[in-house]
Amino acid sequence: MAQGPRPKLAIWKFASCDGCQLSLLDCEDELLALAQEVQIAHFPEGFREVIKGPYDISLVEGSITTSHDAERIHKIRQISKTLVTIGACATSGGIQALRNFKDVGEFIRMVYAKPEYIDSLTKSTPISDHIPVDYELRGCPISKYQLIEVMSALLNFRKPIIPPWSVCMECKRKGNVCVMVAQGIPCLGPVTQAGCGALCPSYNRGCYACFGPKETPNTSSLSSWLRDRLGMKEAEIVRAFRGFNAYAEPFRKESEAHEI
Amino acid sequence: MKSRKTIKVDYLARVEGEGGLTVKFKDDEVVDAKLNIFEPPRFFEAFLRGRGYSEAPDITARICGICPMAYMMSCIQAMETGFGNKVDEGVRALRRLIYCGEWIESHVLHIFMLHAPDFLGYEDGIQLARDHPHDFQRGLQLKGIGNDIIRLLGGREIHPVNIKVGGFYKAPTKQELSSLVERIKWAREAALETVRWVATFPFPDFEQDYEFVALRHPEEYAIIEGNLVSNKGLDIPISEFENHIQESHVKHSTSLHAAIKGRGAYCVGPLARFNLNFDKLSPIAREAARQVDLKPMCLNPFKSIIVRSIETLYACDESLRIIEEYEMPEKPSIEPTPRAAVTFGCTEAPRGICWHRYQVDEEGTILDARIVPPTSQNQKAIERDLLHFVKKNRGQPADKLTWMCEQVVRNYDPCISCSCHSLKLKIDRE
Repeated sequence: MAQGPRPKLAIWKFASCDGCQLSLLDCEDELLALAQEVQIAHFPEGFREVIKGPYDISLVEGSITTSHDAERIHKIRQISKTLVTIGACATSGGIQALRNFKDVGEFIRMVYAKPEYIDSLTKSTPISDHIPVDYELRGCPISKYQLIEVMSALLNFRKPIIPPWSVCMECKRKGNVCVMVAQGIPCLGPVTQAGCGALCPSYNRGCYACFGPKETPNTSSLSSWLRDRLGMKEAEIVRAFRGFNAYAEPFRKESEAHEI
Repeated sequence: MKSRKTIKVDYLARVEGEGGLTVKFKDDEVVDAKLNIFEPPRFFEAFLRGRGYSEAPDITARICGICPMAYMMSCIQAMETGFGNKVDEGVRALRRLIYCGEWIESHVLHIFMLHAPDFLGYEDGIQLARDHPHDFQRGLQLKGIGNDIIRLLGGREIHPVNIKVGGFYKAPTKQELSSLVERIKWAREAALETVRWVATFPFPDFEQDYEFVALRHPEEYAIIEGNLVSNKGLDIPISEFENHIQESHVKHSTSLHAAIKGRGAYCVGPLARFNLNFDKLSPIAREAARQVDLKPMCLNPFKSIIVRSIETLYACDESLRIIEEYEMPEKPSIEPTPRAAVTFGCTEAPRGICWHRYQVDEEGTILDARIVPPTSQNQKAIERDLLHFVKKNRGQPADKLTWMCEQVVRNYDPCISCSCHSLKLKIDRE
């Protein structure tokens, strides 16, 4: 880095499980080196001291589910030079976006003991529905290697290398035998963005799309495969697309197409 | 001294999730202490309905990125018990092993990055690392070994992919597990060193009368199964949980408050397990406790950091035992045989018991679910500690007292994301 103050890093949390920001603390081999390159200015999960903004890099975890949070994200955008969303919640609304498909009125009456105590929106939405986002990291959880890649790219003023292709490409590179073709195991790998290292097929199970849709996924072709060759019922196809990235547009449309 | 009005921390640092604390004074007397939880609820119980039993472990894992194993294992235990399925001994051993990995990872994170800075007067782990580089490096490596265990067995540290109802998608070979042995042996030494290190910290003189609740198992330090016991007479199968413990919805928290009927606050987690199951710890862990003069009943919540270190040592020791005795199961999993059932699961998350109940139909589709995480069970005890601690220490300067109040909360390693996985009204099943 050039002389001068270290860039300020801030981590922000919205509705989430904390797993993606934990990925930063899980960088056991890189954490101290990173702390030398950046000033960790706002990261309440690990740090008590808060250094005032503006911030050079903001990492945002979680989805927007309350009116308070819908306002808060705008303030964060204003004080952040580069804003990166991390994980499925922040980029697609996360598992809690399953509420978006329900009859919300009935749903809320069913679940809340004392609704007057709670501020909750009817939909869980990704950060990019509310503000412009500079980069998105996929995954439930993110890959810590992709997180390090984004950080080092930003610190070196280059573009991060985040492959947009499918999990199938990672399987081929690893030499995995296709679990769907060879064993008839349903797999969402063909429509899912790479980044995990084809983890599930490597453990002999089908991909469950925790990295969300790849660029221009052919979801209807995959659904035909699942239905015609593997014998999945329509309701099962709906559930397959309604996982951790259910509200990502290609998955949302595909699941709705199979709803009876 | 000027009279005090309130101590308020809007956003608690070094805890997982979003919470704050408020302590109120009236005429210089402490009148109220609250742990405010404002983490947005996420409705897991609601959207589990209609999902298949086989989808439930991966979904419940997402309640918490720090202890996904606890949710997956409690859920799996419930489903298998409900279906009357019993897994191979090798599969059971692997479950215990990966759970030990989570204990190591989670405990060490808390000891070094979240809790130790309080005792030594640092704002965070990185500041601590500047003055204690050797200790902090040891912590990072130790934490990494917990993660190595989870990664080998589960595929990744957070939300592992290799775990399912019936067993594992793929079982590791004996040779793969053996590759960890040298590192875990180092970890066991590092954990012992950590026990000795944290035992030298200055501990406030503060003891409370707790009802401790933990799982107890006749043959082992309970992690993945057992009965629920307490030091005040509770001894019940996990299916009886709801008859003895009730949850209520309070205004200052998006997490429900749990209490034992007729007795009130109780405490789950490392301190409870240590006090109730000390006799089941391995000799090496018991000896480490003796060396630092810690024995049951330990009633000082600040000393939970020593107990976490002892449990980390135990988890390393237990991992070595499991790997030594491991025989690769013939099949990595059994085929579950769903049937209609109301069924229960309960395991020891790093922060304490994580209790689940499911109602499933004959195909294993979930009709109803209820999940009680450890932190909502500890909320009342945390608030009581705060109240008593401030009463005892109200002469301290404001800044110091505020920081100490934060520390009182951090003693419990609260996981607020977990505790707010949902808010749930009981009308639909009573």
